Amino acid sequence: MGKAYLSIENLGVTFGHGAAASEVLRGVELQVAKGEFVSIIGHSGCGKSTLLNVVAGLVPATTGAVILDREAVSAPGPERAVVFQNHSLLPWLSVRENVQLAVDKVFAGKKSAAERRDWTLHNLDLVKMTHAIDKRPSEISGGMKQRVGIARALAMQPKVLLLDEPFGALDALTRAHLQDSVMEIQASLNNTVLMVTHDVDEAVLLSDRIVMMTNGPRATIGQVRPIDLARPRDRLAVAEDAAYVHARAAVIEFLYARRAA
Amino acid sequence: MTYPKPDFAEAAPVAAPATVPSPATASATAAAPVAPKIPGAAGLGRKAGAVAAAVLPPVLTLLVVMALWQGLCGDSYEGLPSPSRIWLESKELIVDPFYDRGGVDKGLFWHVLTSLKRVAFGFSISAVVGIGLGVLIGANRWAHRGLDPIFQVLRTVPPLAWLPISLAAFHEANPSALFVIFITSIWPIIINTAVGVRNIPEDYRNVARVLRLSPIEYFFKILLPSTTPYIFTGLRIGVGMSWLAIVASEMLLGGVGVGFFIWDQYNASRISDIVVALAWVGLTGFFLDRIVALLGRIVSRGNAAS
Repeated sequence: MGKAYLSIENLGVTFGHGAAASEVLRGVELQVAKGEFVSIIGHSGCGKSTLLNVVAGLVPATTGAVILDREAVSAPGPERAVVFQNHSLLPWLSVRENVQLAVDKVFAGKKSAAERRDWTLHNLDLVKMTHAIDKRPSEISGGMKQRVGIARALAMQPKVLLLDEPFGALDALTRAHLQDSVMEIQASLNNTVLMVTHDVDEAVLLSDRIVMMTNGPRATIGQVRPIDLARPRDRLAVAEDAAYVHARAAVIEFLYARRAA
Repeated sequence: MTYPKPDFAEAAPVAAPATVPSPATASATAAAPVAPKIPGAAGLGRKAGAVAAAVLPPVLTLLVVMALWQGLCGDSYEGLPSPSRIWLESKELIVDPFYDRGGVDKGLFWHVLTSLKRVAFGFSISAVVGIGLGVLIGANRWAHRGLDPIFQVLRTVPPLAWLPISLAAFHEANPSALFVIFITSIWPIIINTAVGVRNIPEDYRNVARVLRLSPIEYFFKILLPSTTPYIFTGLRIGVGMSWLAIVASEMLLGGVGVGFFIWDQYNASRISDIVVALAWVGLTGFFLDRIVALLGRIVSRGNAAS
């Protein structure tokens, strides 16, 4: 797979040592092309978040390797920005300062102070949060916090954007809005995205490919399903589309068959 | 995201109730548009009511206690003086805390000020050292394993037990008093800071790792702001303990200071003066606590995680 941008090769993760060791992932192989949106779906506890954390560099791989743009991943870094499930904004900083912190760190010496300020605003504008830049995280809603978290990640100009159940804690309406925003942004910036989710509709709607994980321990990739739906996708229109319905049914079938097994 | 927060970290919008028109003012404006002053007057009345609700109960309690005290002690000249006798005997001390006739014959204000200076100095040192050590044992597992058991033992040593050792070490009263304040107030600062550092949410650490913050950036941008509420809990307990320690150690060390004043009056059998001094000690300790709490609230404004 010479053309793979992000390559996960024979990845295994074991926590602990000796008798207390628990093998979470084994033999995970995945290639992601540049600009591709890939979702990882599976039952809770199957290690899908662990897989994302290994790509982020937050958890070390026990065996195998993660290679991004011909470089092996060994530590966390801004070229693999993460949007965490619970937003992880720093509560003592305003919305603007939260993004600015990342921008100042990543572009120190590369952009002037004025350019960094503009870049911060530009990214907050992408997620439509410019109206609340001086608010603190405790003063805005959960959906808004997640928007700021996405802006912070986008502002790092990552090679791959990692989303760890980014909409899991939100209500259905807010979630739909944010999914549309993410699709729009991804269409215009052509980011490479790896997203962990347990929401089948979300995975089918957003992804180019869905990676289905087997149940842990020793979880691995059970099946990969490409989603052949034209972009831009409209959530109302695709719901009737045969390809959408098939893909959705296939993912649900996989998840329930595995659970029964 | 919930983790134990000290009580002063709440970010409740305090001003909100004032902007909501109460049914009373609303109906007043609707029924009597010719009398525009009524809502303002009602608002004022409500505010006065709130103040009265806060002030009246303690004042009444105080009056009841004083009356009981007066009744129990009466006018006898043995044992504890009654409030009326204290007023007769210590009138000068009560009404003029600022007199200064040289030596140790000063008003209580000067004694308290001297004690406060000692506390300010000793407590500042223990705040700096305590926060430093707290960060160390909070952040480093081996420092924690090595130091924490020792700290847990040392912190139970009563303040006055340190006094002979510090006198032997420093030979002078003033540094000994400072050392006792330092060693008394440092433990809650160390322990609370360490707990705060250990409780920094994993998420914040992950953010720092993804951004590749340097250790120094991590310290100032993540660790300190995240730990501030805990540090101020420690400082608040610490300042209270140092005030306890200073009064006790001044009793033994002599010189100027409110602790010495109390001991001096005891030796002169002026029990009334001691009661007045106790009131000063209590009120000063109360205000010290409030000042540190207020500082904590200002510094950790908006720090409440949500």
